[in-house]
Amino acid sequence: MMRRDARVGLLFALPWILGFLIFMAYPLIASLISSFTNFSILRPPKLIGLANYNELLHDEVFYKSLSNTLLYVLGAVPLTTVVAILLALLLNTKVKGMAVYRTLFFLPTLVPMVALGTLFLWVFNGDYGLFKQLFLKVGVTSPGWLTEPGWSKWTLILISMWGCGQAMVIYLAGLQDVPVSLYEAAELDGAKSWSKTVNVTLPMISPVILFNVVMSIIGSLQIFAVPYVMFPGGAPARSAYFYTSYLYDNAFQYQRMGYASAMGWVLFLITLLLTLIALKLSEKHVHYEGS
Amino acid sequence: MVCAAIAGDKAVVRQARTDRINVTYWEKWTGDEATEMRKVVDAYNKSQDKVFVQYLSISGVDTKTMLATAGGNPPDVAGIWLDQVCEFSDAKALTDLSQMAKESGLGPDYYIKGYWDPLFYRGGLWALPSTPASIALHVRSDLVPPDVATPETFPKTIEGLDKLVDRISKKRPNGDLEMAGFLPSDPGWWNWSWGMYFGGKLVDGDRLTIDSPENVRAFKWVQSYAKRFGAKEVQSFQSGFANFASPQDPFMLGKVATEQNGVWKANYIRVYKPDLKWFAVPMPYPGDRPDLAGHTNLSQDVLTIPRGAKHPKEAFEFIRFVQRQDVMEGLCKGHGKNSPLEKVSENFLTTHQNKFIRLFDQLARSPKAFSPPQIGILPQLQNEMNVAFQEVSTEQKSPEQALHDAQNRVSALWDTYKDQVLNK
Repeated sequence: MMRRDARVGLLFALPWILGFLIFMAYPLIASLISSFTNFSILRPPKLIGLANYNELLHDEVFYKSLSNTLLYVLGAVPLTTVVAILLALLLNTKVKGMAVYRTLFFLPTLVPMVALGTLFLWVFNGDYGLFKQLFLKVGVTSPGWLTEPGWSKWTLILISMWGCGQAMVIYLAGLQDVPVSLYEAAELDGAKSWSKTVNVTLPMISPVILFNVVMSIIGSLQIFAVPYVMFPGGAPARSAYFYTSYLYDNAFQYQRMGYASAMGWVLFLITLLLTLIALKLSEKHVHYEGS
Repeated sequence: MVCAAIAGDKAVVRQARTDRINVTYWEKWTGDEATEMRKVVDAYNKSQDKVFVQYLSISGVDTKTMLATAGGNPPDVAGIWLDQVCEFSDAKALTDLSQMAKESGLGPDYYIKGYWDPLFYRGGLWALPSTPASIALHVRSDLVPPDVATPETFPKTIEGLDKLVDRISKKRPNGDLEMAGFLPSDPGWWNWSWGMYFGGKLVDGDRLTIDSPENVRAFKWVQSYAKRFGAKEVQSFQSGFANFASPQDPFMLGKVATEQNGVWKANYIRVYKPDLKWFAVPMPYPGDRPDLAGHTNLSQDVLTIPRGAKHPKEAFEFIRFVQRQDVMEGLCKGHGKNSPLEKVSENFLTTHQNKFIRLFDQLARSPKAFSPPQIGILPQLQNEMNVAFQEVSTEQKSPEQALHDAQNRVSALWDTYKDQVLNK
């Protein structure tokens, strides 16, 4: 009976297993093997050992794209985390029509990335853009959001806030799980709003924060579409040239699939490392209910 | 119903014919340019009853052609850019057309030399032209003083152009640029080519010469514009430039009085600002290099047969049809471009919508005309030149440093390419 159940179970799981093997496991293994080859798509791959990884070590553009990406992660992850938590706290209050507000704040996340890039090209336009006009109103000269190498990454970090609706919804769910009894106990001890937020709310949603931070790190490391639309070629002067853009160019513009695969695996290792660091750093600050 | 009829019509065009050999043709063009090519395809399909060309206008034609070729199912004809021919050829992605061209009577005598020569690379003929272009300086005659407002009186040298720019450029009271006489960074499509306008080269045989004295001189001239107007002012000013295919194009809007652009510019002017007063002249040359007079940058859209195409013979028959003088002139006129053919009819020149078509034709025939360097890492080379150009324009680096860094980066790529792709 058990063996029959197992067979039936396997049969039901078969579509997923096949999908995983064909669309996940095979490309993963193939890309790992490709990373040790000279592979230009049109010619059979030729094993070259660690040459691709060795070349990465001496590739100036690799370091440039990596440092751009890490700076973006450093800016975008804290910013989107703070904004998403603040929005979630605001949207967790009991106000009439809250469902509408929640929908309004979530809606921007549904805008496709290419449309988003095009939209912000207008917003940050150096001549008639919204930001330029706002700065003019207060008598301040607007920086070259799209044209100055020192500002291009900040522009993208600001834009990253546009997509924090997704994290906000998860924080909102976490906030609604915080037991009311804890707030009541804190109030009995004389705690005010700020104190309750710092000592009750944040510790109680800390696992959710950790999850969102890790997901945000992974997502930010893979930033591609918006800079691809807004800063072609990473211009100006590669200040907005990110890791995945360089990976894409190597794979599909320069036909260096082996080199791009090596880059993919290095990105995987960097992601893994940053995730482990985030998990390690969070050990003392994340509180799991019942632990 | 109308929509259904149109959709149905398109579906019929794309549908394979069972009574003929079907030749698939992928082309990058959209809009009016795609429509003009469709007319050629339709004319070919009507001209005979053995081959049916299925024409498909697709984006990212280069990447898709490469991947389809790798997958063993490429189109029979792929319309790509000349810039990609060496890279595709080195990757063994293209069919050598030498023999078929010879048998069809297509040779150096049939084409303008400047367009024919770049089609040959490492002993093979890898493409034939669809539509070509040459580049010239476009001038708004209403924005320059009357004494230089004709092709005859316009400055012939770079130094003369610079003086004119100082004379006519305008700034607002707050220091912002209002109108620039000229900007090397507008439209910014040929940043790799400035050294050539000063007598330089990027590749000499097998050697990279990115940081040659001529290229450094060119980039010093580029940087002089950042110094003249202020790097940040230029960046801010230029970030307000809209797409060239719109009425907000900076040249049409009068934000720049002169602009280096291709023969096709007249097409857009005709559509968006038909009353615009303008003329075209060859790009000025350095005062101490009068031998460079009449220089221009040539570009081409080309037709290729990917390796592994199912019907290469029939594909070439279609490409041969496009090369016919009457067909080629019709297509080039439709695209607003000059013809790549040595023979050009008077009718083509007199009825062309670009009133300066004779200039663009003459420029294409100029011994000083140049094409992109023939090197398999051209995309990387162009990217590195763009980066160096931006570093110089934003005054992040001196021209010497920017070009030296570009030389080092491209040299490393070139060494790897020679080792891994060319097996040298």
